[in-house]
Amino acid sequence: MTRSVPRTRRIRRSLRVSGGIRRSLRVSGAGAAVLLTLSACSSSSGGDEDAGSAGSSSKLSGQVTVFAAASLKESFTKLGETFEQRHPGTEVSFNFGGSDSLAAGITSGAPADVFASASPKTMATVTDAGAAAGEPSTFVRNRLEIATLPGNPERISSLQDLTASGLKVVLCDKSVPCGAAAQKALAAGGLDLNPVSYEQDVKAALTKVELKEADAALVYRTDVRAAGGKVAGVDFPEADEAVNDYPITVLEDAPNPGAAKAFVALVKSAEGQRVLTDAGFGTP
Amino acid sequence: MSKHGPRRSGARTVPVPLLVPALAGLAFLLLPLVALLVRAPWRDLPDQLTSPEVWQALRLSLLCATSATVLSLVVGVPLAWLLARTEFPGRGFVRALVTLPLVLPPVVGGVALLLAFGRNGVVGQWLDAWFGITLPFTTTGVVLAETFVAMPFLVISVEGTLRAADPRFEEAATTLGASRFTAFRRVTLPLIAPGIAAGAVLAWARALGEFGATITFAGNFPGRTQTMPLAVYLALQNDPAAAIALSLVLLAVSIAVLAGLRDRWMRAS
Repeated sequence: MTRSVPRTRRIRRSLRVSGGIRRSLRVSGAGAAVLLTLSACSSSSGGDEDAGSAGSSSKLSGQVTVFAAASLKESFTKLGETFEQRHPGTEVSFNFGGSDSLAAGITSGAPADVFASASPKTMATVTDAGAAAGEPSTFVRNRLEIATLPGNPERISSLQDLTASGLKVVLCDKSVPCGAAAQKALAAGGLDLNPVSYEQDVKAALTKVELKEADAALVYRTDVRAAGGKVAGVDFPEADEAVNDYPITVLEDAPNPGAAKAFVALVKSAEGQRVLTDAGFGTP
Repeated sequence: MSKHGPRRSGARTVPVPLLVPALAGLAFLLLPLVALLVRAPWRDLPDQLTSPEVWQALRLSLLCATSATVLSLVVGVPLAWLLARTEFPGRGFVRALVTLPLVLPPVVGGVALLLAFGRNGVVGQWLDAWFGITLPFTTTGVVLAETFVAMPFLVISVEGTLRAADPRFEEAATTLGASRFTAFRRVTLPLIAPGIAAGAVLAWARALGEFGATITFAGNFPGRTQTMPLAVYLALQNDPAAAIALSLVLLAVSIAVLAGLRDRWMRAS
């Protein structure tokens, strides 16, 4: 419409105050149109429950946002694809990261449907804040393993071997679950380990070994499995003292609770458990 | 045109279409800081701040950011001069490359640094084999990561000042017998000093807040590579109140330093 107005007239008008006001009205009109489109978009993804109740009750659609511990990345990505195939019209989007920062995001109002944490302690911060819908349940367990360079050139065979001087070992920071588990395992072995770095999450610790910057890291068995041939895994008995339970829950303010429940059900189903055990997790 | 523009009655009123977005922008920048102050755990603050870890991280932050700024000055000012005052093929491309760390996510910058200067990196493996130097997980590594991210700010600022400065002063100096380096040292440097100062301050501030490249390249170890932003991030994991307290310290220190510098050197600009 603007284009049909001759250029000179447009310029002259814009010089006048009234023209300025009209223009700003037009701009705010465009803004309102954008807002309308946006809200239409969000209602199309949020209104799936109505659509579900109107049609068959098992019809799910829209986006499911899953906040999950970094260690669940491979298996949950796979389960997400299965879920989308089984429920056409749904889209699972993941936010993988350190459990604690995910929990902090959830308690400060991040729009998530499902939370899967790598430790009950982290889950407790979410339930204490009243952000979980119902009681979280443990769906898998994970244990620590030593990740070292392929072929294990340093011949690491026990947790104690990591305390050798000159060996560059990275641990997770104590504030994240894999770090807390590492401290527990070290305490169980009565060992004093001096790492070169306390990494912010388990994947960061693993990456340092994959890039051969560190000789070894204490990570989850699932991470060793996920890294394929890029690291070698060494099991150690003290890991029994530091088994992590992974709780999962639908969130209280889930924008898409129907699909969220279905996703949690898939994770806990026999099929979901098979994907998770293939990734190296233990069953609860 | 005279230096002082003609004074008209409406010249001093701020037009509303500029004033409103300007105030909105100002509010947008300040509100998060205000929120930080409102929600700060003032009562626990003395306890939080007397812990040795905080001072250790702060000292390391200041040391590394200052070292990174000095390193940026030593190589960045000549680089800016090269880009502004010489002609060579592909200069525009080189300038684009110099600004690359500005758009690169710092974590990617950190990985790139590992691939270059890591124990197994393209250059790093020779540093390790010939000199026994490994940079990751060291304080030097922090300085390198911060320099990588902060130097482009300095280079861009200094190059802009150089382009705005009149090259005829240098030309006059060289016609009077000064070598090109002497002209740079005695004529150009004093001329662009305000630009260098502004660039150095920008680079220092960027280095002080650096997180991604640092934690990726240098890791996180208290007293060695744990700078304030890293301490804040990790405190946020399970003690948000401590994270806020740490942030306030960083904020106070940077405001103090920047305000101090502004009064001392930056009047000229």
